[in-house]
Amino acid sequence: MTVSYRECCKLALRQCLDQEPRAFLMGEDVAAYGGCYAVSKGLLDLYGPERIRDTPLSESAFVGVGIGAAMGGMRPIVEVMTCNFSLLALDQIINNAATLRHMSGGQLGAPVVIRMATGAGRQLAAQHSHSFEGWYAHIPGLRILAPATLEDARFMLPAALREQDPVMIFEHIFLYNQEGELDAKVTAVDLERAAVRRRGAHLSILTYGAGVQKSLTAAEALAAEGLDVEVIDLRVLRPLDDAALIDTVKRTHRVLVVDEGWRSGGLSAELVTRVCELCFDELDAPPARLCTAEVPIPYPKHLEDAALPQPATIAAAARRVCGRG
Amino acid sequence: MTALPALDGPTALELYREMLLIRRFEERCVELYGAGKIRGFLHLYDGEEAVAVGVLRALAHHDAVVATYREHGQALARGLPAGEVMAELFGKREGSSGGRGGSMHVFDAKRRFYGGNAIVGGGIPIAVGLALADKLLARPNVTVCFFGEGAVAEGEFHESLNLASLWRLPVVFVCENNLYAMGSALDVDEAETDVAAKARGYRMAAERVDGMDVVAVLAAARRAVEIARKGAPCLLEMRTYRFRAHSMFDSQGYRDKAEIERWRARDPLTALAHTGKAHGLLDDAALAAAEVAVQREVDDAVAFAERGTLEPPEHLTRHVTAPRDPGRRA
Repeated sequence: MTVSYRECCKLALRQCLDQEPRAFLMGEDVAAYGGCYAVSKGLLDLYGPERIRDTPLSESAFVGVGIGAAMGGMRPIVEVMTCNFSLLALDQIINNAATLRHMSGGQLGAPVVIRMATGAGRQLAAQHSHSFEGWYAHIPGLRILAPATLEDARFMLPAALREQDPVMIFEHIFLYNQEGELDAKVTAVDLERAAVRRRGAHLSILTYGAGVQKSLTAAEALAAEGLDVEVIDLRVLRPLDDAALIDTVKRTHRVLVVDEGWRSGGLSAELVTRVCELCFDELDAPPARLCTAEVPIPYPKHLEDAALPQPATIAAAARRVCGRG
Repeated sequence: MTALPALDGPTALELYREMLLIRRFEERCVELYGAGKIRGFLHLYDGEEAVAVGVLRALAHHDAVVATYREHGQALARGLPAGEVMAELFGKREGSSGGRGGSMHVFDAKRRFYGGNAIVGGGIPIAVGLALADKLLARPNVTVCFFGEGAVAEGEFHESLNLASLWRLPVVFVCENNLYAMGSALDVDEAETDVAAKARGYRMAAERVDGMDVVAVLAAARRAVEIARKGAPCLLEMRTYRFRAHSMFDSQGYRDKAEIERWRARDPLTALAHTGKAHGLLDDAALAAAEVAVQREVDDAVAFAERGTLEPPEHLTRHVTAPRDPGRRA
């Protein structure tokens, strides 16, 4: 049976609400409206307004309330409509959620899950197309997840709800409509490891989120040219899975990072540096990066497309790393 | 000074002793800051003691407290051992937060003392969240949230009062209005200087209280806790004053000495001693004995902090996240 990424997100919420009596969902328009991206549509009828709570447009307050409720023994799932609005809650996320355990000498934790949509590609223009997951991955005390597959959309959230510390989940807006078969063998996922989505021998693409599908598409095109590309889905952006980076570089000896974040000071810089620190001697070529162009995301489709990594530009970058450019 | 019919001699003496402990504790903090034993920011509560002591006396042990970076008074009034608070200021592992927090981040989970928040307004949503958890778990607890009048300019104040009122959550918001947000007078920052009026705008009960009068504070706090216990937020605007600088780095060019002296004449300790004696609740012998006992408690606290140990640097990365099951990766 085919299922969409959006439906997987909803099934994940339902599992949380069914299995954890202390869990509740809150955010802007999650109840009556059904969620900005329709992830929670229908849940109000199933679980009632105590557990599916509409909040005012007060990001800082309701994210902080989620943190406080987590400290008080609940297991809140806070939906911030998109990562663009999470900037209004930065104080709560960084100064409170990420620091409380440390400031209190380990006495307190904030086991709150904060979900949000991220990314560009829908012609939503500069203020609604940010990718801030790499920023948040800079902060000690947070666990940052980027589900790229149906299975991760379905099972990362229930796993996150069992964490004792704050977890942020970034659901790429481009993925909500993706459909496919959910692997019946998968009933749970870890929140530790990167995953090999395609095996290859000549080059490793390190990516996450919407970059995974685009890189797989590029890899298929390159296979026809005799380039055998491995695609690594990072899945967890903090803490990064160093062992997986070493493993893949030892197999392919070449690295391309594909990141929808901007290049300067971003996650791609971190990944390339780690690869150099961890396994420099394994490299046969300088690691390369393909990131979003350093512009606010433009509205017109042709310019937005040009700003973001695309299968064709990923393939071109891959050829260059392999000396075929 | 308010005469509370229910105030008895032992209670009056206890209120006096708690305020005196805060006063003497912080006087010692100033000396220890000068001696280099305490570093970083140090915000004194000198002059505002009646607020923490009066409010926290109205709470039960199962209630929760969220405070600010000026929270030594709340911590001591909540019953955190003075030695542990002092050890925290020393950065010792025996401190309330294991030494990791310092003066601005005193925590005590078992006494439901949730900091120690050093971002103005940042603790207010946390308090609302603690109250939401209590409501959802059907626990009869109240959360008291302290903040200064500077915080009422922050969006988090308004967002949080709205949510607490909308969801009928048991929070007592306590605004410690000491007239200056660091160096900015209230009427420099605020178009509407009546903090209680702002709270009423969010459809919650609010009253202005003489924060220099511990008996008035206690009476107002009991009324407020009763409201919250029944499931509604409310706000107390405590009119108070800090006798000393904002922190250890403040030349106080924004206020004149005459103003400080006018407020010093209303010292909450002197006021309680005066009224207590006038009503036959306190006498000089009891006050002198309290002085001796408090001095000893502060001496003991300093000795405890001095004896405390420093966390070895190998422990540096602890307490960032909870320890993980090592088998989990597999």
